[in-house]
Amino acid sequence: MDFGPFLLLASLEGLVMAAVLALTAVGLSLVFGVMRVVNVAHGEFFMLGAISAWFVVDLVPGPAALGFAAALIISPLLVGAIAAIADMTILKRLHYEPEATIVATIGLLYIFQQLALTFYGADARPVEAPFSLRIQFPWFGYSGYKLAVIAASVVVLVGVWAFLTKTRAGLVMRATQLDRETAQAFGINVDRVFAGVFALGAALAATAAVLVVPIQQAHYLMGGDPLLLSFIVVIIGGLGSLRGTVVAALLIGLSDGIISVFFSPTLAKIIATLLVAMVLVFRPQGLFGRRPA
Amino acid sequence: MTGVLNRSAILHIGVVILLFALQFVLPPYHHTNMARIMTLAVFAMGYNVAFGYTGLLSLGHALFFASGLYAAGLLIQMGGWSALPAFSMALIAGGGLALLVGVLALRTTGVAFMIVTLMFAQAGYLTVLYLGEWTRGDEGLVLPAASRTIGSLDLTNDTTRYFCALALFSIALLGCYLLARSSTGRVLIAMRENEERSRMLGYDPLRYRLTALVISAVMSAAAGAAYGVLFGYVGATFASIQYSIFPLLWVLLGGAGTVLGPFLGVLLMTYLVDLAGDVTSAHLLVVGIALVLTVLFAPRGLLGTVRARWLPWLP
Amino acid sequence: MSLLSTQKLSRSFGGLKAVDNVDFELESGQIHALIGPNGAGKTTFVSLLCGRLRPDSGKIRFGGQEITRLPAHERVALGIAYTFQITSIYANLSVFDNVALAAASAARRPNGNRDVRAATHDALERTGLRSRASETAGTLSYGHRRLVEIAMGLALKPKLLILDEPTQGLANSEISDFKNLAAGLKQTTTLLLIEHNMDVVMDLADSVTVLNFGQVLATGPRETIRSNPAVQSAYLGT
Repeated sequence: MDFGPFLLLASLEGLVMAAVLALTAVGLSLVFGVMRVVNVAHGEFFMLGAISAWFVVDLVPGPAALGFAAALIISPLLVGAIAAIADMTILKRLHYEPEATIVATIGLLYIFQQLALTFYGADARPVEAPFSLRIQFPWFGYSGYKLAVIAASVVVLVGVWAFLTKTRAGLVMRATQLDRETAQAFGINVDRVFAGVFALGAALAATAAVLVVPIQQAHYLMGGDPLLLSFIVVIIGGLGSLRGTVVAALLIGLSDGIISVFFSPTLAKIIATLLVAMVLVFRPQGLFGRRPA
Repeated sequence: MTGVLNRSAILHIGVVILLFALQFVLPPYHHTNMARIMTLAVFAMGYNVAFGYTGLLSLGHALFFASGLYAAGLLIQMGGWSALPAFSMALIAGGGLALLVGVLALRTTGVAFMIVTLMFAQAGYLTVLYLGEWTRGDEGLVLPAASRTIGSLDLTNDTTRYFCALALFSIALLGCYLLARSSTGRVLIAMRENEERSRMLGYDPLRYRLTALVISAVMSAAAGAAYGVLFGYVGATFASIQYSIFPLLWVLLGGAGTVLGPFLGVLLMTYLVDLAGDVTSAHLLVVGIALVLTVLFAPRGLLGTVRARWLPWLP
Repeated sequence: MSLLSTQKLSRSFGGLKAVDNVDFELESGQIHALIGPNGAGKTTFVSLLCGRLRPDSGKIRFGGQEITRLPAHERVALGIAYTFQITSIYANLSVFDNVALAAASAARRPNGNRDVRAATHDALERTGLRSRASETAGTLSYGHRRLVEIAMGLALKPKLLILDEPTQGLANSEISDFKNLAAGLKQTTTLLLIEHNMDVVMDLADSVTVLNFGQVLATGPRETIRSNPAVQSAYLGT
């Protein structure tokens, strides 16, 4: 294949990655922005989304598309509910103290992994894509489903944006983010907002996982990479900034896709990890964030 | 005051004597277990210097443990070094790495510090995988028995191994005990309690934090090198994030900022996982639940709670 | 002799000039009060002196040496001590340990007192905290926490002790104790005092500087300041 088409293929792969990453990272960013909680178990919500999708598709009879549609609704709801319960029973009782919540979410990470291993097993299992359309470019054929993943991610992200800016619940969330005490003084039930935000963040990770599971198999250890990459994206984009997060996801997704086509993926990861550490050290507001006055 | 000094000195010497005596009565399985626990306790004590005393919550100490493990392991395997010089180089490797990481990471605090240390450790882990030609990645290296000697001491022998682990453990315990009571130790605690106040009392935060991190890393590297030499295996798992979480868990469980807490944490966790292993294979679950329960119900850890309630003199 | 001086010292936050071209002289062995309405830039000014903030421009000299770029902890080593407006003590440590940390810092200086224990007891004695030495600092009453703050300042054995609103929130009896303490300190150290309570200022201060909108409105002996019409209209309101 010539360089041009090859680059196009790499870019498409990068875009799919960026789309999934943006969904996952926006969830993490939202939780950090509103609650100031660094959720180390975020990758496990992703994993739970994928695994629950496999169960749903397995249980729903009829055509693959029907089971998949059901998973797309049930998995995020289920994972969101688990997250809300974790918030109310554990994080709330720690008063969201940063260090204690990190330790607690590390604990949750292990618990979720073990439960997945026990009830789902150690195998990686594929989920059938809802449709198998193949789009033929002049140089190569490309999976129509992957393009649908990109479109679906854009739709969900626009939905999240509309929810946060246009609805009352979104307004309440943003008010809580700006000033927790004042929000409380205005009669906002901060406990409920936090449980809702934590659930929404987890549900976004689960949605990303359901979309990705026909491309990448479901496995109980699959949460590690999305967690690390989401961290990278959220840090580069500026902690808590949603717009920065989406831009950074595009940047990282595209460059990771392109880099790993050309170079050793391990080396690319080492460089990316060190770069992120340097960003935090020298530009803690992120590459796109503004330094607070 | 001398009475206080005696009480806590007697307690710590007593622990060492007890461990010495245990070696004669322990059945073989627990014998090996105890040697492992004492070695890992050195790692935990090192972590405690940074986290417990100085308040530096690092999520990247696997980097320092693994730097000692690999420095010693590769020098023995590739360079044909003998155990003791390799062990010494491992300390230098760990300390040097901590100096480098510290100068960068200590520009940040709180959550950013946790993530930066996590990232450095992740880069270290990936480097171990990337250099698979020498490290053999996940599969790891088995050190030849012939190289695992100090002079005429054969470290593959169970009794020798136990005593070597006990010697290292005792030195580390004594070191921590003296550090906790020293003027430097007090300033480290001051940094944990109130950085701005300490700065305005004339203490340079960067200098003290860097000192703590380097001491902490040297101890972690010593534990790593000893682990490799004593148990003969060097693998990438020891560089993974799990080995950054474990010392945090041990220290939290046993009691952050107490001298004996880290040892207690390792002891408890090892046997908890062991016991759970008889019932279920779910050892991750035990780790997870222990973490959550500790932060929820005993945020000061076992010895921290004991100190707050009953024994205020505990160092 | 001038112990500390500033030349054209400025610092702004966003568009606000908190400290604006301030020239300032502090005589050795005096009690010097810094007064001015809220938001006049007093705390910003002393934060520049002790190194908690960096100036945008201007110079600071202390004991004949320029210290403008020196980090805070090195200024402490030279003999500048600062007590916080909002008490900042080690809440989880005992009163003794709080003060001992300050005494241990002073002991590291070339001719510092190596006997940290004695120096700590001395500072506790002078602030009347001796009987509370073993109590946990965070459990003390507000007035006593202020005293711990001052005891730490004393134990640093500074050449210049900067006290940021030391009498704020104290009861009348505690204020008079403070006045006695401060008057006694004058023998060994120069005091720079940010103070709102005009009785304290007029009783204690040898000289006074008035700040307003980040600028020096007037400076001089307290009697001159008391009778300065510009000061009266801008600040004293009498």
